[in-house]
Amino acid sequence: MKPQDLATGAENTWCPGCGNFAILNAIKPVLADLDEEGLIPIENVVLVSGIGCHAKIADYVKANSFYAVHGRTIPVATGIKLANPDLTVICFAGDGDAYAEGLDHLIFAAKRNVDITTIIHDNRVYGLTTGQYTPTSPSGFKGRSTPSGLDVPPINPLEIVFASGGTFVGRGYSHGIDLLKEIFRSAILHRGFSFVDVLQVCVTFFNMYDYYNQRVYTLEDHDPLDGVRAQEKMKEWDYNSDGPIPLGVFFKKEATTFGDNFKKFNAGNSDLEAAIRKTLEGYI
Amino acid sequence: MDESSVLIGGKAGDGITEAGMIIARLFNKLGYCLYQYLDYPSLIRGGHNFAIIRAAEKKVGAHRDEVDYLLALNQDAIDLHKWRLKENSIVIYDSDEVKSPSMGGIGLPFKTFAEEAKAPKIARNVGLIGAFAGAAGIEEEVVEEVLRKEVPKSVDENLEVARRGRQGIEGREGMKVERRSYPCCPVVTGNELLALGLLRGGLDAYVAYPMTPSSGILHFLAKVADEFSIKVVHPENEIAVILMAQGFAYAGKKVALGTSGGGFCLMAEGMSLAGMAEMPLVVVVSQRPGPSTGVPTYTAQSDLHFVMNAGQGEFPHLVVAPGDAEQAFCWSATIVGLAWKYQVPGILLSDKTLSETAYSFNIEEARDVPDIKPVIWDGGGEYERYAPGDDGISPLAFPPWPGAVVKANSYSHLASGITTEDPREIEAVQDKLLRKEEGLRREVERLASVRTYGDENSSTALLCWGSNKGVSAELGEELGLRVIQPVVLNPFPANRFREALRGVDRTVSVETNSTGQLARLIRYHGFEADDSILKYDGRPFTVDDLESRLKEVAI
Repeated sequence: MKPQDLATGAENTWCPGCGNFAILNAIKPVLADLDEEGLIPIENVVLVSGIGCHAKIADYVKANSFYAVHGRTIPVATGIKLANPDLTVICFAGDGDAYAEGLDHLIFAAKRNVDITTIIHDNRVYGLTTGQYTPTSPSGFKGRSTPSGLDVPPINPLEIVFASGGTFVGRGYSHGIDLLKEIFRSAILHRGFSFVDVLQVCVTFFNMYDYYNQRVYTLEDHDPLDGVRAQEKMKEWDYNSDGPIPLGVFFKKEATTFGDNFKKFNAGNSDLEAAIRKTLEGYI
Repeated sequence: MDESSVLIGGKAGDGITEAGMIIARLFNKLGYCLYQYLDYPSLIRGGHNFAIIRAAEKKVGAHRDEVDYLLALNQDAIDLHKWRLKENSIVIYDSDEVKSPSMGGIGLPFKTFAEEAKAPKIARNVGLIGAFAGAAGIEEEVVEEVLRKEVPKSVDENLEVARRGRQGIEGREGMKVERRSYPCCPVVTGNELLALGLLRGGLDAYVAYPMTPSSGILHFLAKVADEFSIKVVHPENEIAVILMAQGFAYAGKKVALGTSGGGFCLMAEGMSLAGMAEMPLVVVVSQRPGPSTGVPTYTAQSDLHFVMNAGQGEFPHLVVAPGDAEQAFCWSATIVGLAWKYQVPGILLSDKTLSETAYSFNIEEARDVPDIKPVIWDGGGEYERYAPGDDGISPLAFPPWPGAVVKANSYSHLASGITTEDPREIEAVQDKLLRKEEGLRREVERLASVRTYGDENSSTALLCWGSNKGVSAELGEELGLRVIQPVVLNPFPANRFREALRGVDRTVSVETNSTGQLARLIRYHGFEADDSILKYDGRPFTVDDLESRLKEVAI
């Protein structure tokens, strides 16, 4: 399978220069390679998206998908994974999606260590609703709902996921597709809750290319199994200050995943009515 | 009719629910049909809890105001219920806790009995049961058999407490409970029956966030999950519940979820998603009085129009309201089939009364579960999740299915599942949803979706829905009235309803809400309720309540 086999006929309506293209162009070769290598057949992949510019990715990849509602990728993905652990489930969510509308789900998915991958298209602005602040917009951000400037600081999503128990924490950037591919591949292959925040630039409402280009660097000689060091690296940039912005896999850990203790469906009980009668006997 | 009613009351924490179930099982062994009403406030310790066990030689579906036995573990149980006593009623109370009441009664030191027998303090309730069994002439072997099965620990000590209770009553026995011939059936709560019905319908998974009065389903299914190979998940909130459930449905697993009105509010966006994405779900909504937190542990039928209309946009809402034990079982199984065939969210509407009442359940009377199968893709051609099919039903495929790309979508979509804003395609999506609703309506008309009871020749009909079926049917029979119960409320089986009304010239709707929601629903379909008997104090109608209210409207 080649990446181009994953194209659909849907017309792409992202703005020219949109950071979402980088995510689309990174995920397609990763999925094609995983299929080609026999690691994950494409029919076992399910993409789940929220609502926002990012979410159109569900229309643009010829693979199983559930184009869900705003903020709700993670519970849908969790249900799919629990229903069939053989599936590889990848969420694509926006920063408004995952950090505002659906923050509870993000924290719980990390806490449960459910074996899904969540990729956040973090452009730090609401694009599709034409330019309001999000939880990761810097303080002072002048959006259409905060014309005199946002007076609260952003959250650091990496720290939230780490503190909640996520077992794979990474950050990518929409300029630098090779690194993005590398992170996506290891996130998908990681067994447990994988979280990747992608600094994805919205050219129309919050063009941060120059800002990021001057500050990003790739983590090297970093041991993601070292939790203490990982946390230090997550704190290096708080989504507000002008500090250097590390990219790569910050943290990785092996742990049991949610649903491991569930029995396989229909392990017994070919005769439901008999089983029900047996249960009822206990109530006489 | 030969029947007995027993009230046992005390504080929360006194083991009233358990004691009520033990008394119910004693009657069960003696050949009675049981109905156990449970009344408790929303707290963990203190307050006043009571159970009324009504045992009769034939099927009953409600309790009475009056009781033959009043069993009191605390003062409230006497003070709040003495109005229920008849001339020959027997009162037995714990003289360690209760002042000797003016109307007399038998006081025994159950607290002391428990201490002397080295049993836990809660065994007072077993002492009271022992005394009751002695007073009612129930053989000691029957009591021992039931206690051995029902008491979780310190069984011998509990049996000793029961024995002391029995000895204490000697010489003061009352009306003997005679053996009858009703078949010995399991005594099961409505919630357990809803759960068993879902299992009978092929349930693979249950997802819920705890909320009274629906939590009994979650607890029961979690307990039997391994036995039935199902997955039971309790997520972070109700929004996650209904979204997670759609993940299960997308992957081909039959899933149900449960809540009450407040939790269902949070599920409205998920309902609409299920409507548009065509995800088969069964949503159990067990009603309690609102608005808002309302009265958490009491009953109401005030969410019918809410659940029928929940979620933005226009899409089919299947709403089924079973009214008794057998319907709870059969319709829970049936709604799974309907939701999957038509790929719609189906609401199983219960209330506190149906959910938490314990009934004698005879599975032989609950065999009428139609075999309704989903339409599965035959593998031919290119798979399209929303391909137009008969009655708007698209064949289903579930990943991983080599060659099939399964694209579900919350947006208006093409047959392939890709988003569209084309005007003709938008119309086509909506028309498809309406065609499904029409097919579903026709199927519902073919099922026993409207039931009648009482005197089928009477020109006066009581109209009821949900848990009021029991009390209405009993009075219909007694007073020679026709009783009509639509079990499916949406899509409304208007033809069946019209048929049931043939020859009727006066209708009275009986509902536990303040605005007459069934009356409003049937008016929309061209029918009229001439009178409404409404009750909205959180308590269900007793037989006596409804009888006197019927007199008020000159029936």
